[in-house]
Amino acid sequence: MSTDTVRDARLLPDRRQPYYLDNAEREMRRRGLYDIPIVDCDSHCYETVCLPEIVAYIENPNVRRSFEFNSPLIIEPGLISGNMGDRTVGGRLHAGGAVSGDEEVYPLGEGGEMHPVAATTLRSMDAMAIDYSILFPTPMLNLGLNPDLKVREELTWAFNRWLVEDVVSADPRLLAMPLLPIHEPEQCLRTIRAFAGRPGVVGFMITCLQYEPLHRNRYMRVFAELNERGLPVAFHSAPNWRERPFTVLDSFLGVHALGFPFYAMIQLTNVVLTGMPERFPNIRWIFMEAGQAWVPFLIARLDNEYKQRSSEAPLLKRLPSEYIRDMYFTTQPFESHERAEDTRAMFDMMNGGRSLLYASDYPHQDFDTPASIWDQPRFTEEERKAVLGGNALELFGLPMPKLGEPAVSS
Amino acid sequence: MSDGAAPGSALQRYRVCPVDDVPEGGGVLVDLGGREVGVFKHQGELHAYDNRCLHQGGPVCSGEVLGVTRLELDAGGEVVREYLDDSDRRLICPWHGWEYDLVTGELAHDRRFRLRRFEVTVEDGIVYVDA
Ligand code: FES
Repeated sequence: MSTDTVRDARLLPDRRQPYYLDNAEREMRRRGLYDIPIVDCDSHCYETVCLPEIVAYIENPNVRRSFEFNSPLIIEPGLISGNMGDRTVGGRLHAGGAVSGDEEVYPLGEGGEMHPVAATTLRSMDAMAIDYSILFPTPMLNLGLNPDLKVREELTWAFNRWLVEDVVSADPRLLAMPLLPIHEPEQCLRTIRAFAGRPGVVGFMITCLQYEPLHRNRYMRVFAELNERGLPVAFHSAPNWRERPFTVLDSFLGVHALGFPFYAMIQLTNVVLTGMPERFPNIRWIFMEAGQAWVPFLIARLDNEYKQRSSEAPLLKRLPSEYIRDMYFTTQPFESHERAEDTRAMFDMMNGGRSLLYASDYPHQDFDTPASIWDQPRFTEEERKAVLGGNALELFGLPMPKLGEPAVSS
Repeated sequence: MSDGAAPGSALQRYRVCPVDDVPEGGGVLVDLGGREVGVFKHQGELHAYDNRCLHQGGPVCSGEVLGVTRLELDAGGEVVREYLDDSDRRLICPWHGWEYDLVTGELAHDRRFRLRRFEVTVEDGIVYVDA
């Protein structure tokens, strides 16, 4: 090669790309994914970066003062509820683009007039060819661990207002499922009545990580209200290293692997065995951020137990597996088996072509781009499209999005 | 996931930087006419890889370069210490942490797969990459 053909390379400072998801945009184009509808049923914001905005919506003056007076260092672990474990594996994972020394793991985009959380979310959606995104919190997923019930109730209300009124209202592609402070049924009813039907609200969410026995009579009013409105209810999971059985584990790897499905399994088992789908046939049940591998396990396990002890679940008219196959599950983290045929078997066992809803979990460190589904070698094109968007468009009654290249290019 | 096959089309030579600007045990990320390539130095040897992870296409060359984590056990199976073995360095994708052997580009958990490699040469103290 002669030297006269040599060109100069352009050096990227600090080995960093201008934007953390630059490669995602390239990968989505390569697959033609801007031309199919994609709904991200579980994405996140780091709501505490906007804490003063949320705190302004807290109604109880003393709870509000606690949040106004204390520094963020105290607030997150002390007043919201800290959740143990280094998500970044000692900085190996650059969640949301953060590297060592960055103050925020969540760089807020320049939104101009638009709310910065909305602008940042839209930018990541554009990079991943996502047309709609349902936004959930991050630290507030752990509010169910907070023993201060007043804070739980107040902060949930304030977060919901902020999310629906300030963030999601910025763009019709942004959606919300407000949190239900399930320990307080009256407040849940107030929440449903206040937010159902508002622009962008597509259902409600209950965190898996809480200790209320949801089958008790006191909670039935809440589910009856959701049933009457035919609204989806999502159970969103999270791990908890402080939970007694997890305290024996050596690393966050084990806690992360087991924690998400553990709490989802408990909630789903209780929903099914106490006959909630029979009591409230109009509710669509969604289980979020627990992967899929646990679902075939639970199908076999609950059916087997039910056949031996059906008198303990007298409301059931069908096998537990039949109720489970009518439910919905978000994909992230999509657990591909080493052998593609095993992934296919998992998909079939849980009726995946109908029940799976794509989720990115962005900007969390274990996010999945739509490639996680599109690249599955044993799924048909029709199935991939259903999982990436078709199922969610139908479930949430969303209008067909405008397809093609991103409006706001990253 | 695809194998890091050798490039087939005609190659262009790019002038990257003085060899001393590539830090030992680390690297630089360069744009070569629209393709991003990471150039890394390990024990004085240079290695260049496509900035595209085999998992979901993440920017692997933006990731941390660290010695592989090892546990030293005594004869009784008890842990003596945990350490980073700098003689065996890994390039770690910042999206989801998949680890690659810095010297071969092989995926550490399945060595049948490796990152796409590019030829690196040094002439008169300047690093060149053919891509
Ligand atoms: S894209 Fe590199 S680890 Fe997932």
